[in-house]
Amino acid sequence: MSWLSKTLSSTIGRKLIMAVTGLFLVSFLFVHLIGNVALFYDDGGASFNKYSHFMSTAGIIRVFELLLVAGFLAHIWTSIQLTRLNNAARPEGYAYQLKPSKEVSWFSRNMGLSGSIVLIFLVTHLQNFYYRYHYEEIPYVIYAPAQLYPQAKNAPKEVVTSVDSLAGHTVLHVTQKQAETIAPQLNTEALKDMQQLVHEVFTKEWWFSILYVVAMFLLGFHLNHGFQSAFRTLGLAHKKYTPFLTNLGGLISILVPAGFASMPIYFLIKAFM
Amino acid sequence: MNLNLHIWRQKNKDTKGKMVSYQVNDINEEMSFLEMLDVLNEDLLRKGDDPVAFDHDCREGICGACSMVINGRPHGPTRTTTCQLHMRYFNSGDNVYIEPWRAGSFPVLKDLTVDRSAFDRIIQAGGFVSVNTGSAPDANEIPIGKEIADEAFNSATCIGCGACVAACKNASASLFVSAKISQLAMLPQGAAERKRRAESMIAQMDAEGFGACTNTGACAAECPKSIDLTNIAQMNREFIGAKLTSELV
Amino acid sequence: MALDSKIPDGPIADKWTKYKFGLKLVNPSNKRKYDIIVVGTGLAGAAAAASLAELGYNVKAFTYHDSPRRAHSIAAQGGINAAKNYQNDGDSVYRLFYDTVKGGDYRAREANVHRLAEVSVNIIDQCVAQGVPFAREYGGLLSNRSFGGTQVSRTFYARGQTGQQLLLGAYSAMSRQVAAGKVKLYTRTEMLDLVVEDGKARGIVTRNLITGKIESHSGHAVLLCTGGYGNVFYLSTNAMACNVTAAWRAHKKGAYFANPCFTQIHPTCIPVSGEYQSKLTLMSESLRNDGRIWVPLKAGDSRPPADIPEDERDYFLERKYPSFGNLVPRDVASRNAKYVCDEGRGVGSSKLAVYMDFADAIKRDSQKTIEARYGNLFEMYEKITGEDPYTSPMRIYPAVHYTMGGLWVDYNLMTTVKGLYALGEANFSDHGANRLGASALMQGLADGYFVIPYTLGDYLATIGHQDKISPEHAAFKESEAIVTERINKLLSINGKFTVDEIHRKLGLVIWDYCGMSRSAEGLTKAKKMVQELKHQFWTDVKVVGTNEELNITLEKALRVADFIELGELMIDDALNRNESCGGHFREESEVDGEAKRDDENYSYVAAWEYTGENQPESLHKEQLTFEYAKPSQRSYK
Repeated sequence: MSWLSKTLSSTIGRKLIMAVTGLFLVSFLFVHLIGNVALFYDDGGASFNKYSHFMSTAGIIRVFELLLVAGFLAHIWTSIQLTRLNNAARPEGYAYQLKPSKEVSWFSRNMGLSGSIVLIFLVTHLQNFYYRYHYEEIPYVIYAPAQLYPQAKNAPKEVVTSVDSLAGHTVLHVTQKQAETIAPQLNTEALKDMQQLVHEVFTKEWWFSILYVVAMFLLGFHLNHGFQSAFRTLGLAHKKYTPFLTNLGGLISILVPAGFASMPIYFLIKAFM
Repeated sequence: MNLNLHIWRQKNKDTKGKMVSYQVNDINEEMSFLEMLDVLNEDLLRKGDDPVAFDHDCREGICGACSMVINGRPHGPTRTTTCQLHMRYFNSGDNVYIEPWRAGSFPVLKDLTVDRSAFDRIIQAGGFVSVNTGSAPDANEIPIGKEIADEAFNSATCIGCGACVAACKNASASLFVSAKISQLAMLPQGAAERKRRAESMIAQMDAEGFGACTNTGACAAECPKSIDLTNIAQMNREFIGAKLTSELV
Repeated sequence: MALDSKIPDGPIADKWTKYKFGLKLVNPSNKRKYDIIVVGTGLAGAAAAASLAELGYNVKAFTYHDSPRRAHSIAAQGGINAAKNYQNDGDSVYRLFYDTVKGGDYRAREANVHRLAEVSVNIIDQCVAQGVPFAREYGGLLSNRSFGGTQVSRTFYARGQTGQQLLLGAYSAMSRQVAAGKVKLYTRTEMLDLVVEDGKARGIVTRNLITGKIESHSGHAVLLCTGGYGNVFYLSTNAMACNVTAAWRAHKKGAYFANPCFTQIHPTCIPVSGEYQSKLTLMSESLRNDGRIWVPLKAGDSRPPADIPEDERDYFLERKYPSFGNLVPRDVASRNAKYVCDEGRGVGSSKLAVYMDFADAIKRDSQKTIEARYGNLFEMYEKITGEDPYTSPMRIYPAVHYTMGGLWVDYNLMTTVKGLYALGEANFSDHGANRLGASALMQGLADGYFVIPYTLGDYLATIGHQDKISPEHAAFKESEAIVTERINKLLSINGKFTVDEIHRKLGLVIWDYCGMSRSAEGLTKAKKMVQELKHQFWTDVKVVGTNEELNITLEKALRVADFIELGELMIDDALNRNESCGGHFREESEVDGEAKRDDENYSYVAAWEYTGENQPESLHKEQLTFEYAKPSQRSYK
């Protein structure tokens, strides 16, 4: 084995993989969250759909996407290996269960559990949004100039499914097929209506919204321990800045999941109010 | 006070053990926990039964021999060694569950006695400064700041009891190993071989089959000598530095 | 056999240097042909094992613990003396030598003590190089404190855990040699016999404490680094497993036992709280710097301390010793505590305790200052007793702490058996009748690091590497048979007394009659009682289980059997020494209640030779001469 594979297959080496991929995934969460804030713009989904379009087509993003997949896989795969190793380290358990001291948080001891639930969420999340966006038929939308509105409104249902006027746009809701005809005529691009997809998932598949919120709750605990733990694993602990990192981790673990969780809640409230 | 004890009994390494219940009466609250067990053992002996075997020696909290998980906590309900735990922490009628340290690397030898020689082997792998007797320079030749000497002392105060391993959900020995690595890394005397030391002690720790650290802090919370979790971070730092820059390929 | 201490000639300061030059050397390439057996892995044993292995010898190191790091050296709190004179306060090798001989009440060997003082400085260098985190000043240099009433600050310390740090240093040095393959470590293995053949120590017979297997190990020399025998008293500050068996087995094989009655009673321990008590805990001597010791003036006064007014208290040490007050030496402080308790003025529920009161110190220096000085000790006291010493006085009582006596050794640390050495507390040599604070660590390490590596080579070079017998030799088989028979005997008695019961009784007899104060009448009575206990033990002890398992009762029984025999010898020795010196106080030899030493008749080492089962031991005297430190009567008034 080379020194590198030896290093990375040691217990600390594996923890380093967890730490580095973990922090990388945290950075992804930030980017993802900031982009998704566009969901809240009341512009008929113009910003969000343009953002989604960019994210799914730009070359550099594809590269990052691959990195992200690798990061997730490494994080998950290593955690499985570590769990097995850790279980093997105590073949015979305590007859009377360990009662950890109050200083030890329940979640720090159950990262595998919170991680697994987040993983289940992640799979459904990918199915709901990523897979459908890329591989299923979903509505398209065309943002046309405002003056087109009267004309568009009168267009037959075969041509345009429905039309809105919003924030200076004429919004044409179309199917993929319709889009192929109309977009070139209008000399514009049809976008997949991600905003609509999100809306439908969150409001019609409401059970998914609940899973979303629960998963975000657990993600918060996962981050709360994971963030500062990653720095410790990387050897960065000092009485001067460890409290800051711990607090920062605490803040992130509240803000990021809260930000995400606000989305289904926002859509649900909007739908039922 | 009277207590219901539930104690792990296991004849030897190769047989299966089980929890066995005993009753002890008229326990004085001034007694130490081990003195309470002495009373039980005297009772058992008089009946011709095999007394409970447990490691213990100095009974003043420094040798690190005693090693019992009491009601789910290594060394019992307060942060101390089992020998310094007194019966005033218990109430009459309590059920008290007593088990050995549990870790694959600490096999049970009998009852509450476990084999902790893995710790010795880790120290042998590098927990020393390579200086032969007689070759030392004058003790005041290398000044060491008081703060650093104090920090090194804090790490050096580990008694090698293994409560950290017992408390860790992963049976990780990180706190023990890191305390020694940190102590010697902090001091100029240990600097010459710090890379070597970090690499080989950690390799030995892994070879012994201890689990990985997940920074839960359970070890530091139970450590009777309050060894701090920052030692583990320092160990990781030493490990990364050594792996990236040492001459060992 | 006449005792030859092999003390070199010449001025005291040159003896060791000159002697070292005269010692034979073993050729470096021949060293690997020698096997050295080291029994015990505390300060002396670990230091010796490491140093000898570094030289190239093959070392086999034995400990009954699960790890060498558990040796009781670890519990030493205070510090270690060294004549570094870093404080510029007039210390020197000669002063340390002088203080130690005087502190030992002129019953130690001058040449040995001077050597100890000489090498003390190397010990500190060695330990610092190993990474021992001694206390330091802000400037980065080593800190010292004054300890045990000395006039200079020569004590190096690592908070209250100096013994731990030094032991871990020696343990790490030995561990390095284990990794190098030069030390083979046998843990959970107890020495049960010494094998002597052709007048030379050839090896040992051991019992594996897990499997019960009896095994023979042969070597060119055997080093006993097995500590003291304080547990003969049952209750002492020693660890539970500390025992005399290795030394006693060697004694029965021809090694003389010197000054067994010299035991040190430490004045400031936490008192006994009940019958179940298994050991005593020391509170550092440094507490006496600020604590005032007192008892009620009237006997039987059982009011709580706060209710006893100032004029009804007796600060007995300050009253009797106005110039030294509470800082009188250990033996004086201990004895006086016993006297006031004998008068019925003891405090606490057992009435066997005196108060050590910090109220005045707290008033004078503030609670914060006292906390900074003794915080950890106060905490320990509170943990054990459940009382807060900041608000009510501590209760303390003397307890056995150290044994100055031990196997007789010459200047080479060799016993009267050729090739058998005794190091550290196991030998008798350096502390005379009383050991000064912070000297035990110094002696253990001096013997292990800086004496034995030189003197052992001389013997080995003399006998040659071929002078060794195999563990299959009849001498080993015979020893194994004797050990096995002894074990079988113990397992077969199946009587009604537990080992601890008999041990407790033995301890009480020794404590009452051969403890802080001894008389011919009491000792004679005690001798009979010990003989009866011996009989009771061998006819009516209860040892359950088998040999072929981890058998804690059997382990104890083997040790207690030897303690009983040693107890009798201690009594003989105390009877023989009709003088008061150091830790040995004979009621017949006193002036105004103070110890009176008798240099004319007792300026010798009493070395006892075993002559057979139930035979009186025969006494050999090594006369002591004091050329440099001239004897004077101690006075602390």
